[in-house]
Amino acid sequence: MTQWMDEEAGPVVRPYALIGGRTRSSGDTLDLIAMVTSTGAISSDGFVPGPEQERILAMVTTATSVADVASDLNLPLGVVRVLLGDLQDHKLISIGRASASERILKEVINGLRAL
Amino acid sequence: MDFGPSDEPVALKILIAGGFGVGKTTLVGAISEIRPLRTEEVLSDRGIGIDDVDGVEGKTTTTVAMDFGRITIREGLVVYLFGTPGQERFWFMWDELSYGALGAVVLADTRRLTDCFPSIDYFEQRGTPFIVAVNCFDGADRHEADDVRIALDLDADVPVLLCDVRRRVSAKTVLVALVEHSLKVLTASQS
Ligand SMILES: Nc1nc2c(ncn2[C@@H]2O[C@H](COP(=O)(O)OP(=O)(O)O)[C@@H](O)[C@H]2O)c(=O)[nH]1
Ligand SMILES: [Mg+2]
Repeated sequence: MTQWMDEEAGPVVRPYALIGGRTRSSGDTLDLIAMVTSTGAISSDGFVPGPEQERILAMVTTATSVADVASDLNLPLGVVRVLLGDLQDHKLISIGRASASERILKEVINGLRAL
Repeated sequence: MDFGPSDEPVALKILIAGGFGVGKTTLVGAISEIRPLRTEEVLSDRGIGIDDVDGVEGKTTTTVAMDFGRITIREGLVVYLFGTPGQERFWFMWDELSYGALGAVVLADTRRLTDCFPSIDYFEQRGTPFIVAVNCFDGADRHEADDVRIALDLDADVPVLLCDVRRRVSAKTVLVALVEHSLKVLTASQS
C-alpha cells in the first residue's frame, strides 16, 4: 500500500517514554540543518537532563546539525526536536543557522568538483 | 586551516525530488555517505478514521525512513542531501524540508515524465531554485534535454541535464549544476 515505505521503515510506536508523552515543544520548528551547540551552562532551575539529553550535550560540544543529532542518536526527528526544545528552554544549548553567501556557494561548487 | 570564532559553521540543504523509483536514493548514495534518519508520521493527524480515544499516550505513529546524506566540503562547511518523500500523504514534510533549502534537483524518468510534475509545481510555487536532471535508464529512449524542457513546460532559465545517477561523476555534475543555478538566482536577487 505504501510505496515509499520500502526502505527499512516499519510501523512503530513513538518512544513517548523519552519525552514524557508530549507532542508539542519549543523544538517543533527547528530546521533540520540548524546547528546545535552546547552553551556549557549548568542548569540552575532544577532541570535535570535525561540520559538522551546528556548524550546530546556530549555530542554538541562542537556544532552539530539537528539531522545529524537524530541520525547519531538513532531516534526519530520528532523525539529529538522535543529533547532539543527542552535543552534550549533551559539554555543548555544554542541553536543557530548561518545563511549562505555568494562566497560560500562558490566554495561549495569548487569543493563538489574536487570530490 | 584556521577558523576564527567569527567563522560560524555553515550547513546547506539540497533536496532530491521526483517520482517513485526515479533514482533519488541511488543519487544520494552515489555522491554522499547515506546516514540513517527517521521521522514520524502521526496517523491520527491524517484524518483517516482513527479515533484518538486513548489520548496522547496511545497515539500511534509510524516512523518513515528518509534519504539523508552528508557531504563535507571542509571543516565548518557541510552540504546535506534530503530525498523528498514521493507520496501525497507526506506533503507535510515538504514544507519543512524546503524551508531554507539552497535548491532542489528534480529527477525525471522519460518513460514516466508526468511523475515529476508535482515536484516542479511545488518548487515553482515556493520559489525554490531547481534544476531537472533526466536519469537515463537503460533501454529508455534517449531524449534531448530540450525535448524534456518542452514536455515539462519549463521556464527557459531552468537548467535541464541528462545524467546517470548511479555514476558518482554524473551525480557530482548534477549537484554542481544545481549550486551554480542557485548562485545565479541569488546573485540576480541581490542586484
Ligand atoms: N538502469 C538504471 N537503473 C537505475 C538508475 N537509477 C536508479 N536505478 C535503479 O532504479 C531503482 C530505483 O532507484 P531508487 O534510487 O531506489 O529510486 P527512488 O525511489 O527515487 O529512491 C533501483 O533499483 C536503482 O538501482 C539508472 O540510471 N539506470
Ligand atoms: Mg528511494
